Amino acid sequence: MRYVDEFRDRDQAVRLAAAIASAAKPDREYRVMEFCGGHTHAIYRYGLADLMPPNLGFVHGPGCPVCVLPTARIDQAIALGEERGVTLCTYADMMRVPGGDRRSLLAAKADGADIRMVYSTQDALAIARAEPERQVVFFAIGFETTTPPTAVAMQQARAEGLANFAVFCNHVLTPPALRAILSACEGVRIDGILGPSHVSTVIGSEPYGFVAEEFATPLVIAGFEPLDLMQATLMLVRQIDAGVCAVENQYRRAVSPAGNRKAKSLMAACFEVRDRFEWRGLGFLPHSALRIRDDWADLDAEVRFPLAPVASREQKGCECPAILRGQKAPVDCRLFGTACTPQNPLGSCMVSSEGACAAYWSYGRFRDAAPPRERAA
Amino acid sequence: MCLAIPARIVAIAPSSDLATVALGDVRKEVSLALLEDAAIGDYVLVHVGYALNKISPEEAEITLRLMAEMGVQADPRTAIREAGGAAGDAA
Repeated sequence: MRYVDEFRDRDQAVRLAAAIASAAKPDREYRVMEFCGGHTHAIYRYGLADLMPPNLGFVHGPGCPVCVLPTARIDQAIALGEERGVTLCTYADMMRVPGGDRRSLLAAKADGADIRMVYSTQDALAIARAEPERQVVFFAIGFETTTPPTAVAMQQARAEGLANFAVFCNHVLTPPALRAILSACEGVRIDGILGPSHVSTVIGSEPYGFVAEEFATPLVIAGFEPLDLMQATLMLVRQIDAGVCAVENQYRRAVSPAGNRKAKSLMAACFEVRDRFEWRGLGFLPHSALRIRDDWADLDAEVRFPLAPVASREQKGCECPAILRGQKAPVDCRLFGTACTPQNPLGSCMVSSEGACAAYWSYGRFRDAAPPRERAA
Repeated sequence: MCLAIPARIVAIAPSSDLATVALGDVRKEVSLALLEDAAIGDYVLVHVGYALNKISPEEAEITLRLMAEMGVQADPRTAIREAGGAAGDAA
């Protein structure tokens, strides 16, 4: 078993599609939100939306850390990158995201700032070791999946005495975003949620209990492969039909109830919950992100390089905020496919390959230009 | 962003957190710092240069078996037609 091909089997997909179609009652609508941008991408890449019955639609959630980062934080990262003597290291996903005045890290790099793409926090540490005269700042973004690698790098930097390494922390938390979507978003009806795969390998299935208990919404943690998503969708349809609200785990091969204890304890050692943090599309959410603990302040870029506060500004006409709340689909945006394309993105959902707009552009822009079946609800 | 890829551990460096994983013919060095224990031959989920978690072969078998059971409960031909595909008509 390689854990890939087995979960992409065509015949099994046809059988699961049949099972979903026969389980779904024809006289009701099913609105299923996939929280994670990776799921959005997989749904379009493998054509899963076309395998669903016409009364089952996917609503795209805010689980793309590149998409939800407000322009203010991007502008601050650009300012950090432009500081004399600073080398800003970032995951490649962030390079092309426009800030408040449409300037990106890539543009700042072209203007001479020392901004480098890294694959791993280990690469950023290697730069700090090799160039002790530079201040190396790691632009840390991501949900709980990507946070433990940042914590490992911080522990290593301290153990090695790497005084020229710091972290600009923008790590965000999944459960508060789910809570915001379920409690505050007008005009979005969600019958069930496909829970994230790899966030859940870290935090486990336990933190999702409130979705079923407080919001009476079923949630099924789903793997990333197409058959995983189809099986999880079938599990949701069965819960919805039975009037049951429970947290189920389809991705058992990698997700346990408690998650990865070692990763969680590393995170807890280095980070604590911020009082509030701004999310693109969702506004300021309480207790929704992490900051570096005071006893790690020597590694905190926000302490070492006091950053001027910046207000977030949205691109005029860009519907990313409503798309991230699940209120609109990419084709509802006037800029989609005209002014805003992957080559020249205006909004974050088009920049990130996991953004809903990029997924529509790559796999669904012609289909959804016709009477939009998937948006019928 | 949260993409993670299953890969098999083929070598573990002594006295460090580093391991080599194989993904088809591609070899890559990853950190095992987030795992309690790992051995050569284990499959792990690789994310930004770190092994996030081990993949349980037993649980994967259970999932595949459940999928197969769920799939036999429906008549594929009607379902494909309902789902909008043409394959059901051709069959």
